[in-house]
Amino acid sequence: MDTSRRDFFKISAMGGAAVSFLGFDLAPAYAQLQELKIARAQETRSICPYCAVGCGVLIYTIGDKAKNVTPQVIHVEGDPDHPTNRGTLCPKGASLHQDILNPRRLLKPEVRRPASDHWEDISWDQALDEIARRIKKTRDDTFVEKDTQDRTANRCEGFAWIGGCTDTNEFNYLVVKTMRSLGVTYIENQARV
Amino acid sequence: MTNGWVDIKNTDMMLVMGGNPAENHPCGFKWAMEAKRDRNAKLIVVDPRFTRTAATGDLFCQIRAGSDIAFLGGVIRYAIENNRIAKEYLTNFTNAAFIVKEGFKLPEDGLYSGFDPATQTYDQSSWNYEADGGASSAGLPAKVAYDLTIENPRCVFQLLRKQYSRYTPEMVERVTGVPKEQFLKAADLFTSIRTNGDMKKVATIMYAVGWTQHSFGTQIIRTAAILQLLLGNVGRAGGGVNALRGHSNIQGATDMAGLFDSLPGYLKAPIPSDVDFKTYMTRTTPTASKPAPWDSFNYYSNTSKFAVSFLKALYGDAAKKENDWAFHYLPKVDRNYSWTEIWDNMYRGGVKGMFAFGMNGVCIGPDSQKNIEALKRADWLVVGEIYPDETSEFWRSPGITPEEMRKINTTVYRLPCAGFAEKDGSMTNSARWLVWKNAAVPPPGQCRLDQDIVAQIFLKVRDLYKSEGGKFPDPILNLTWAYAVPEHPSLGEIAKEVNGKAIADIVDPKTHQVVLKAGQQLPGFALLKDDGTTSCGNWIYSGSWTEAGPQLARRGTEDPSGLGIFPNWAWSWPANRRVLYNRASCDPSGNPWDATRKQVWWNEDAQLWVGNDVPDFKADSHPKDHMGPFIMNPEGVGRIFGPLAAFADGPFPEHYEPIESPVANLFHPQHSNNPVVKKFSTPADKYGTTAEGFTVICTTYRLTETYHYWTKNNPVNVEIMPEPFVEMPVELAQELGIRGGDKVKVTSARSFYIAKAFVTKRIKPMMIDGKKIYQIGLPINQGYRGIQEDAGKVAKTIANRLTPTVTDPNSHTPEFKGFLVKIEKV
Repeated sequence: MDTSRRDFFKISAMGGAAVSFLGFDLAPAYAQLQELKIARAQETRSICPYCAVGCGVLIYTIGDKAKNVTPQVIHVEGDPDHPTNRGTLCPKGASLHQDILNPRRLLKPEVRRPASDHWEDISWDQALDEIARRIKKTRDDTFVEKDTQDRTANRCEGFAWIGGCTDTNEFNYLVVKTMRSLGVTYIENQARV
Repeated sequence: MTNGWVDIKNTDMMLVMGGNPAENHPCGFKWAMEAKRDRNAKLIVVDPRFTRTAATGDLFCQIRAGSDIAFLGGVIRYAIENNRIAKEYLTNFTNAAFIVKEGFKLPEDGLYSGFDPATQTYDQSSWNYEADGGASSAGLPAKVAYDLTIENPRCVFQLLRKQYSRYTPEMVERVTGVPKEQFLKAADLFTSIRTNGDMKKVATIMYAVGWTQHSFGTQIIRTAAILQLLLGNVGRAGGGVNALRGHSNIQGATDMAGLFDSLPGYLKAPIPSDVDFKTYMTRTTPTASKPAPWDSFNYYSNTSKFAVSFLKALYGDAAKKENDWAFHYLPKVDRNYSWTEIWDNMYRGGVKGMFAFGMNGVCIGPDSQKNIEALKRADWLVVGEIYPDETSEFWRSPGITPEEMRKINTTVYRLPCAGFAEKDGSMTNSARWLVWKNAAVPPPGQCRLDQDIVAQIFLKVRDLYKSEGGKFPDPILNLTWAYAVPEHPSLGEIAKEVNGKAIADIVDPKTHQVVLKAGQQLPGFALLKDDGTTSCGNWIYSGSWTEAGPQLARRGTEDPSGLGIFPNWAWSWPANRRVLYNRASCDPSGNPWDATRKQVWWNEDAQLWVGNDVPDFKADSHPKDHMGPFIMNPEGVGRIFGPLAAFADGPFPEHYEPIESPVANLFHPQHSNNPVVKKFSTPADKYGTTAEGFTVICTTYRLTETYHYWTKNNPVNVEIMPEPFVEMPVELAQELGIRGGDKVKVTSARSFYIAKAFVTKRIKPMMIDGKKIYQIGLPINQGYRGIQEDAGKVAKTIANRLTPTVTDPNSHTPEFKGFLVKIEKV
């Protein structure tokens, strides 16, 4: 019969009723399925953040959203529906669970002050205020309105933006939109290297 | 990729060079395995190392890193000599029959016509077609002189033949180290799909940064493109020129133009001589250039529609015809601002600040110590990351003493960003598929979504300009920001802005019906206008989020044709076309070259191009009008000859040596290197020679188990690949008294790298023109912050401390692969 991979898993969950479809008894397998940790999980379709194959991944979370409980990731696996990877993942994709739940994650904004040998905590508000002030000062200090031949330049050559290749298209558009409007010419990402 | 991942299963022949997909794109590479298994397709692998990709191949050639043009040039020569060319495809779909004007000279001595040694650049005016009727033109001539017999000595085909006549099998062996017999086997096998010009079979070429990361990388790719055009493989299922690409959204980031020299959708960045919008349009809008009886769609003739719609997306009502669409709000790009220039300028004190979001510039290098030095001289650095990294901690990188730290006055902000599972939005894979993903969990701790951070910073800057004024605030104050919650723009809102919408009702000029109402999402780029009535953030993404909803979130698993097209899974640019240039999959009369792989075809009854794939063509162009399949070129045909300013270093590729090479260029020793490549000149820019003892060729690569500088934070990846190594040939190890596991130090003119020796038989010594040469390789994924690094279990070492600061003159990509080192036991 014509069965997609997703349907196959669903049929499997029907246990004995699957016999008529598949021609063999899944009851023993079904007994196993009842213990699957993902049986009551929420399934989210995502994309592996690493290489440019862009494998589809399924992220399984548990947690009751109605009670304002933060969902917890319990499992990550390949998306069997995705035409490119068809449910498979390489060692990097297969270990994504430990990238999501990782004690090394940066959790708070920090600042290293001039001449300092350590990081200090800083609030978001203060960090963003200082950063905005620095942008304005650097831009106003280095902005080129007209070049030496009196042609319109409108360039801010004083600061650079690097990055974006493992982030979304929409984020990258926002970066281009804002940086170009600030006059930034030093804008680059991993595609260059 | 011109084609795609799943499409690889349609091929009969594969050449993998400058890439190692079995190890670096494992889940995509399954499609190569399916081609082998289901179609008996053959795989040829050419690489400095016998990789796992090579292990699955039918033929392996070990090549000296950086000599790929010599190899491919030899294959081109072989194909022509043995009549293994797609003659009808060649004369009709490429510029093979175009005649090049008098005065053009090939680089037998290493230089094309027009080289100016004082400026180290070319006057490219002789690299042009001859105008039909003999008229002279500075740009491409509207009517091109041509010879369909391709016998005219100045036609592109004859010049191509002459160019690669020097690339004999003997020369290939001397330059690349591939033994002549092995090379001939590879050339014979690869071109066998076109034996006697039979068109049924198809070959594909797959490559990655083993090609791009050279001072002539663009030209390596060009050689492959020429070969594929010669063999009639472009536009066909299982064919094409396929860049495997590195990151999950590197394609998207390229398309969205987070790069100094372009704007979204590959619009050219404005330059100072674009004194007004009209001049900018004249400069960047090509006019057709072709044999008079042919048609050329020349789709970039619509550039003004893309550009005006982009400016409307950015500046809304503030972009009007009267103010040139706010054209002057954009900075005029007057020089090279690319990656290595950023660090060089920061080193020299010009660049004062930097945002580094998910990009670890210190580990990337090249010449990592120069980047660290540069950061010491900057005023401020803002790092957006999910883990502690080398760039944010440059100020306490290994070797910096407490006294020195006190003198580093850079303020560094490190902002905790969201991980992939915490963000929705779209990513574009190598196959140009825009795929929407969903967020599974919110960002932990105080982490914020990256888009929120950028939004909040921008809005604060805008407030400062509103309240205090400052230099040219107009583009900041007038940037459109109509998101429902300005500090938290939803990616769906942004995706819709990128797709574009009608600003005023759009009326069909023939039927006078309203085809789209004001405010509605555009169905695609065909409706874009240059009169200010449409808005579109990125024209090539137009069609991805229409009135019918997010096309890029579709999940249709059907593949009715069996060609791996999956027309209802997500959305590919442009216009959901899966194989680019697919009109070329048919002969000039519109019938597929191979009836078993029908992609598109001309339907005479409907008077339209139809198919299993969306035709990458003008749908109603009758085959007899001879419109070229390469609709984005002004010629309408594929460029075997790259005219005028297409490339900085020549219209055909020529073999040049890497800047650091153990041998002189055997074709022309007096011009060993790419003549237009420039070196940097700060004290941190050093280049090594064999005279100084740097005699071993070094290359760099990534590993299956690790992802660049990211997975050193992941316990699973670290467990299976716990430490760095220096991969070296057993013969070299024996010479130096090194055994596997011994600590070794690799030194280049710039810096050093210490790791355990991984002694192997898979990088054999090579004979280059009678001289024994060794090559070694280093994985790039280590640094000074990571699980092992923090535990003191590995040396805090960065591979890119070794790499040189020279770049390709077209793409500005650094020469990370193919530089000189010396090795010793420590």
